[in-house]
Amino acid sequence: MGEHNIRNFTINFGPQHPAAHGVLRLVLELDGEIVERVDPHIGLLHRGTEKLIEYKTYVQANPYFDRLDYVAPMNQEHAFCLATEKLLGIEVPRRAQLIRVLFSEIGRLLSHLLNVTTQAMDVGALTPPLWGFEEREKLMIFYERISGSRMHANYFRPGGVSMDIQPELIDDIEAFCDPFLQVLDDLDKLVIGNRIFKQRNVDIGTITLDDCWKWGFTGAVVRSCGVAWDLRKAQPYECYEEMEFDIPVGKNGDNYDRQVIRMEEMRQSVRIMRQCLNKLRAPDGKGPVTTLDGKVSPPSRKDMKRSMEALIHHFKLYTEGFHVPAGEVYAAVEAPKGEFGVYLVSDGTNKPYRCKIRAPGFAHLQGMDFMCRGHMLADVASVLGSIDIVFGEVDR
Amino acid sequence: MSAELQALSDHIASSLGEAIEDRAIAYGELTVVARREDIVRVVTFLRDDPQCRFVCFIDICGADYPAREKRFDVVYHFLAPHHNRRIRVKVQTDEVTPVPSLVGLFPAANWFEREAYDLYGILFSGHPDLRRLLTDYGFEGHPLRKDFPLTGYVEVRYDNGQGRVVYEPVKLNQEFRNFDFLSPWEGTDYVLPGDEKAKA
Repeated sequence: MGEHNIRNFTINFGPQHPAAHGVLRLVLELDGEIVERVDPHIGLLHRGTEKLIEYKTYVQANPYFDRLDYVAPMNQEHAFCLATEKLLGIEVPRRAQLIRVLFSEIGRLLSHLLNVTTQAMDVGALTPPLWGFEEREKLMIFYERISGSRMHANYFRPGGVSMDIQPELIDDIEAFCDPFLQVLDDLDKLVIGNRIFKQRNVDIGTITLDDCWKWGFTGAVVRSCGVAWDLRKAQPYECYEEMEFDIPVGKNGDNYDRQVIRMEEMRQSVRIMRQCLNKLRAPDGKGPVTTLDGKVSPPSRKDMKRSMEALIHHFKLYTEGFHVPAGEVYAAVEAPKGEFGVYLVSDGTNKPYRCKIRAPGFAHLQGMDFMCRGHMLADVASVLGSIDIVFGEVDR
Repeated sequence: MSAELQALSDHIASSLGEAIEDRAIAYGELTVVARREDIVRVVTFLRDDPQCRFVCFIDICGADYPAREKRFDVVYHFLAPHHNRRIRVKVQTDEVTPVPSLVGLFPAANWFEREAYDLYGILFSGHPDLRRLLTDYGFEGHPLRKDFPLTGYVEVRYDNGQGRVVYEPVKLNQEFRNFDFLSPWEGTDYVLPGDEKAKA
């Protein structure tokens, strides 16, 4: 018997594949069914966001952040607003902070609902996404009621938020909480306890904590390795300091742990939302929702009818925009997918000089190669689902 | 907080000597400017020194300052989860001088350096696979450089006749308008001719 010439097999996964979570082209090198090498080709959704931002004023740049991770838009805006506010040195009023935290948590629900349920779809279940999307629909209606838009909200602004929250909306969000916890319990039974879901995810894509730091992983991926690292606790921004919530951690660092963590994080998010709603109703939660510095935040319509100064401010803010002192800052938030950071360089004019967007998905996707090596072809889809990729933020 | 950062900054500067060219604390963030040739030594120290322990890789990005002789900044961000601190390290380079790659220390640097190469044309020596990352296959130029036009040079469309995607030079129906609204909002400080007499 002569030696056979065995060659590795190379296949293209994507760019149009339901389990690719967008436009990802994976070049897989296979030995039989074992994955030898994964080479993700990204950039198919590259829109040049960072370049565009350099040509826009700070307020005009804000909507670009909705379009990064489009399943949790306000969390991205949040990082940009924090960076701008750090440079401007302005304090956000308490009510605006509470609203920001409330909607950041709603964003977390939006993202986790999508991820956990589509992960179930990737491994063969169709029902969970239907259940999850029903809840997402309700949350998007909250988005629409507060900002006028279901997804691309442009609601957080440097200095606060664009509009106040109505008491009816506070009541409706409160009414959403309890039934939603019930849905989570149902989803738990449907997905997390499911035998097939376990077979496809337990002990797949296992990583260690050391690898996590080295590969720049953050969010649920690093927490699945047993460390309670969460920027909301470690480096609290806004009013997260006064919120009571727990950080779920995993033990094994595998796909399954990451999804269990996301399920539990949703319950904690509801807990934070409830506290926000109560604080918004309390007397010290009332007040302005944007900084009163007229050089940064636009005046109210009412003032514009009566005050010449307000009219001038409005005109200048919507043509020239505000000037930001020269300097450089890095601001990060705990987005649903991990640490979302904005490195902002200002040269003292009304436009950012450089705005680097540090997306968690970019670092996570890069780790695909090392996480999938030696796994089976079928595991590629479940690893990809567990690191929670959205191409808006990976490709920018 | 800032006293703690100052102590850390002094510690880094005294341990690394002339590899550190400059350091500053602004907006509660520590920035260290390192010598380009020493970047691997500096980052290794930051990672392994018990007082630093910047073990978590966050970000590498480029920045373009065309007026400077060394026009590019390479900006590194690291996080020390044990001490809950962040640091920013910067090195300067130009279009032709490569920066030593960090892939050996942090495998995550791979894509971030590829991105900096793609968008700015910054070269990294010792990088295993310095290909383009975000731009199109066969793209020319480095789009985030300040001298690269916002509209780019080529546009693509699907051509029905040829049955494939074709590349063409950018044709704008209306010239790109970059309005310059920059003006001194808080009043001007120039002196109108004749005004100086009033003050005298």
